[in-house]
Amino acid sequence: MIESIRGRSLLSLDELSKAAMVEVLDTAESFVEVNRRSIKKVPALKGRVVASLFFEESTRTRLSFETAAKRLSADVLSLAVASSSVKKGESLRDTIATIDALGIDAVVMRHRSSGAALQVSRYVPHVRVINGGDGQHQHPTQGLLDAFTVRQVLCERHDTTGLESGAAMFEGLRILIVGDIRHSRVARSDVAAYATLGAEVRLCAPGTLLPEEVATWPVTVVHDFDEALAWADVVGLLRLQSERGSGAFVASLDEFTFTNGLTVERARLMKPEALIMHPGPMNRGVEIDSRVVDSSRAVVERQVSNGVPIRMAVLYLSVAGSGEGQTL
Amino acid sequence: MGNEDERQARTRGLAFTAKSQLMTTDDVTRAVRRMAHEIVERNHDVASLSIIGLQTGGTAPASALASILTEVSGQSVSAGVLDVSFYRDDLSRNPLPTSSATDIDHDLTDRTVVLVDDVLFTGRTIRAALNALSDWGRPRAVQLAVLVDRGHRELPIRPDYVGKNLPTSKDEAIVATLEGVWIGTREGS
Repeated sequence: MIESIRGRSLLSLDELSKAAMVEVLDTAESFVEVNRRSIKKVPALKGRVVASLFFEESTRTRLSFETAAKRLSADVLSLAVASSSVKKGESLRDTIATIDALGIDAVVMRHRSSGAALQVSRYVPHVRVINGGDGQHQHPTQGLLDAFTVRQVLCERHDTTGLESGAAMFEGLRILIVGDIRHSRVARSDVAAYATLGAEVRLCAPGTLLPEEVATWPVTVVHDFDEALAWADVVGLLRLQSERGSGAFVASLDEFTFTNGLTVERARLMKPEALIMHPGPMNRGVEIDSRVVDSSRAVVERQVSNGVPIRMAVLYLSVAGSGEGQTL
Repeated sequence: MGNEDERQARTRGLAFTAKSQLMTTDDVTRAVRRMAHEIVERNHDVASLSIIGLQTGGTAPASALASILTEVSGQSVSAGVLDVSFYRDDLSRNPLPTSSATDIDHDLTDRTVVLVDDVLFTGRTIRAALNALSDWGRPRAVQLAVLVDRGHRELPIRPDYVGKNLPTSKDEAIVATLEGVWIGTREGS
């Protein structure tokens, strides 16, 4: 168990302790304030170089990581994979070696292969690697920002602050994750974050969209979606990932919407104060009805805004906390 | 134990063992009151003052100063708190300090800022605070008030208002709050 990500790579939430997660959430609180200033920049990572390597397409993760690095005054090297030597067949190892030769302190990377971030951290052990999503494995900053968003909303309701509450808001909180869990790295990171912080997590999906190893996860699998909706304090929806072949796992999109989509009728079964979350990008009309997205219970936009302070916190702890060759 | 170690010890909350008490609560209360009067003497336009306490040791003295200033002048005095963790010049050399919140709800341009801290030592925290302040506007002037000046400056920084000058050795640790001032040692030194 990693007790703090200070000076370390962030590859997976599975290996993080509760204290390490709370430290990231608390640090992000300071950065929420920085992001409200008219000058949204602090010099914490001045002179550090962060490379952003997205081998798989992304809008919000890439933009929010790069925004976060810039607001910490780091220099950002951004590799546009589509127009790079990767297209000429350069291997991952050679691409990383080339970028490392330019002198970098951290790599933020996304790759379609599970375990790619871990592999890179072995190629360049002196560089901090932040996993921005690897295949179906993990998307740690998404898990952290989802937990941060939940804590933020609940703290506002209880008229307290994140720093005061620590992980208390998660104690006994009922979280339901619905949809394409098999192909989802977000689901794996969310489960790790919520369960470690003390929440009770249930999953609901057609059997074909559950991974084989689900029995080893700290969750309960349920099949009655309507009943689970009435139970939950937070409902996290996932995108049906057609690029990873989800289409072959459901009879049809309509059928999926009928059994596991959050329609307006289903949303009425939920507790009035329950939250609806979605990591984006959404397939409106498939896993979630457009009118539900735009309702006041959905905190999708807040999840996106919280991406910047969470990623600032991760970069700050991981990169600023590492002196030359020293492991803290 | 060097200066930076001492700062780290403070931010990590290492146990402090007091050797002797140098100021009582009454002493500190009188010193703060005197500093407030000195501030009014030098700054006739109290309404344009912003009293900014540095996290975490400077926040209580800053709000004490602000309330005395309000009481003495009859005008309300703006106050705020500033966290300088992200502006330190030693982030890569030491374990990160724990950050806490900044709360300044007004533009500092053309105001006279009085920075308040508990102990003035190397001057590096104040250097970081001056950098941070520039992100909040361009103050007309910046002044510095501290409960205790213990010497050993590493930068050309001097206080404008001092509760008490305490010559110390670098190995000693000082704790200065509104409740009193103590000299002693930190765990592990």
